Amino acid sequence: MSQSNNNRRGFMAAAAAGAGFVVIAPGIRLIELAGANAPSKGASDKVRWGMLVDTTKCAPGCDACVGACNKENGIVEQVADPRQGAQWIRKIDLVDAKTGKQHSLPMMCQHCAHPPCVDVCPTGASFKRADGIVLVDRHICIGCRYCMMACPYKARSFVHQPLTTQAPEVPRGLGCVEACTLCVHRVDKGQQPACTEACPQGAMLFGDLNDPASDISKRLKEVASTQVRADLKLDVGVRYHGI
Amino acid sequence: MRRLGLLFATLALAAGIACAGESRVPKPVVHIENPGSCVAPAEEMRRNHMVMLKHQRDKTMRHGERGAKVSLNGCIECHASKRNGSVLGGKENFCESCHAYAAVKLDCWDCHQPKAGYKAAATETPPGGFKP
Amino acid sequence: MKNTFSRVEETLFYGLTALGGLVTAIGLGAALYMEHSGHVVTGMNNQIVWGLPHVFAIFLIVAASGVLNVASIGSVFGKVVYKSRAPLSGLLCIAMLAGGLAVIMLDLGRADRLIVAMTHFNPTSVFGWNVILYPGMFGIVAVYMWTLMERRMNPYAKPAGFAAFVWRLLLTTGTGSIFGFLVARQAYNSALLAPMFIIMSFAWGLAVFMLVQRAMFSWNGIELHPAIRSRMKNLLGIFVAAVFYFVAVYHLTNLYFAKQVAFERFILADGGIFPALFWGGWLVVGTILPLALLYIPSLQFRGSVMVASLLVIVGAFCQLYVFIIGGQAFPLEIFPGMSATSSFFDGKVDTYSPALPEFLLGLGGIGIAFTMTTIGVRVLRFLPQDDLGKLEAAGNITD
Repeated sequence: MSQSNNNRRGFMAAAAAGAGFVVIAPGIRLIELAGANAPSKGASDKVRWGMLVDTTKCAPGCDACVGACNKENGIVEQVADPRQGAQWIRKIDLVDAKTGKQHSLPMMCQHCAHPPCVDVCPTGASFKRADGIVLVDRHICIGCRYCMMACPYKARSFVHQPLTTQAPEVPRGLGCVEACTLCVHRVDKGQQPACTEACPQGAMLFGDLNDPASDISKRLKEVASTQVRADLKLDVGVRYHGI
Repeated sequence: MRRLGLLFATLALAAGIACAGESRVPKPVVHIENPGSCVAPAEEMRRNHMVMLKHQRDKTMRHGERGAKVSLNGCIECHASKRNGSVLGGKENFCESCHAYAAVKLDCWDCHQPKAGYKAAATETPPGGFKP
Repeated sequence: MKNTFSRVEETLFYGLTALGGLVTAIGLGAALYMEHSGHVVTGMNNQIVWGLPHVFAIFLIVAASGVLNVASIGSVFGKVVYKSRAPLSGLLCIAMLAGGLAVIMLDLGRADRLIVAMTHFNPTSVFGWNVILYPGMFGIVAVYMWTLMERRMNPYAKPAGFAAFVWRLLLTTGTGSIFGFLVARQAYNSALLAPMFIIMSFAWGLAVFMLVQRAMFSWNGIELHPAIRSRMKNLLGIFVAAVFYFVAVYHLTNLYFAKQVAFERFILADGGIFPALFWGGWLVVGTILPLALLYIPSLQFRGSVMVASLLVIVGAFCQLYVFIIGGQAFPLEIFPGMSATSSFFDGKVDTYSPALPEFLLGLGGIGIAFTMTTIGVRVLRFLPQDDLGKLEAAGNITD
């Protein structure tokens, strides 16, 4: 890499970090994130990235997280049949069949500790990083969609058409399966996922589940939280409060 | 390795034809936008760029090691044509010209963005091209 | 090599080969089109991720392992009637397996990465096991056919036949387990699916065999001995009844579990095309009618066994359609006890309308199997030849 390029890169990182400081949700200390997983060192098995969604704060009709995800990850292609479009994160509106209690919440890849998609993948393209983020290796994904059959959360999408509008840091393409990456390219830089940052209600809390001093761990100790489809014992990384 | 072998075989064949001086295939137009600033000497890059990229891709994707010297986005930033901002598009574009000449399929750009500094056009369209 | 084909038969052979080749070519063309444009040109989507190609492919693969049953009864269980049918049974097995696998492979999002599927192996994936089971099946059946058709190798036919028999049970267990191991989905997630697929393979495979045998016999102007036909038709009836038993147990268990009642109501009553195909297609056309044709003498006519076999195959397609498509059309229950709505069709029954390319691809799989069989029976001796003297000695046609 050229000297000038290195300089530019360094400047961009500094600028991004500065911007991060400004917009980062109150209550999250950047140092804590950066300390757990410094940029470019690689994913560590000491860390388990996770998220806590406070559904009591999540507003029905608000899809700021969805918009931020699509922008960050370049999910901007036009699809004629919406059933063939990719959705990495979606808002689900729930009504309790008996009591009529309503909930609204974002649903995405739950980043299971025992992910069924990884178990069933014939080539090993679905994999879990040391820090618990579940990803698809598109270099060896053959597009069989077995992981989509296996996922209990309908978190995965298959790319049905050729793409040209990918974001440079988020490769995605025709014939491969994809899902929420927990914004791995941001997390590796010490930033938060785009959805978390964008939530106007501050309903999403991102952090290290393994670190008892992290805000997410402290909050999980305080409030009741639910794992979706807890009966499957997948030990998910994304947890919900209020349902 | 299979791809690499294929490339060598093709290059050797192409070189053979070229040496005979009767090549019907025009030589690739390789225009280096920023000469002398590559991560390795041109000779090594020509032979080993695919190995370097593959090695780094697994490190970055599987282990989250970022900011390495070798990076596909780094290649694009430097080698994208000044004309259309991409490494693809025609016979003068860096990746496409040589790969077309060597008849080696380019798989990278089915998923990776071939344009330097690309920003998707701001859109009001939610996922799947529709508003729920 | 027998050279008794008349000109008409010669023309028929080339006609059939050309027909099979044409269907295959159209199927490959459809696959190329899907590969080039993406699955956007199919009716499959992010809700119904496996569609018509998988119905065709799973029928071909399951029936392929079942058709080998004819050979196994001869070699493993020593029934003389079936021994002379073993080579044809092996050929059909290889041809249908090739057709089914071609469809599965060509439907992949990245069919160009076939080599990746071969070189990257995940031991926890049922698909991964199948990557070993399918090529293994080709190898073992090929060796088995060699021991059957090469006189010097005949002594090894029994162990080879036994190996093929065990392997085909493993293979169909693997196919059933593709669905059986899907913990998240109401329609699948049952250990019952593995034995159910095995018994389905027995019925479908035998039905295919009967049709092909009949076609070959008419081609050669031979009449199947009534006693042999009677034995084979009774066996088909038993298999069809056994499939009925397994399907009944599967649905009755589900009906007993409160959490599965909504799904069963969908498949059996409210689900539109799916209950129609289940009751009309599978139960009436694919089970009751064939059983009646096979067992009620007053209903039998010349060719009634053939009609019954054909109906069993029609029923098989209906059953697979309900099982594969219906199982995905019913919404995944992510939040039990709550009704869900979202932009991603949570809580919504999905509709599937297959597009032409995926239908042609599926048909192409049958074209491959058909072409391989036609060429196979023309160039090698696969015609079952019954030595009536031997059969009588073995007591096979007197009972």
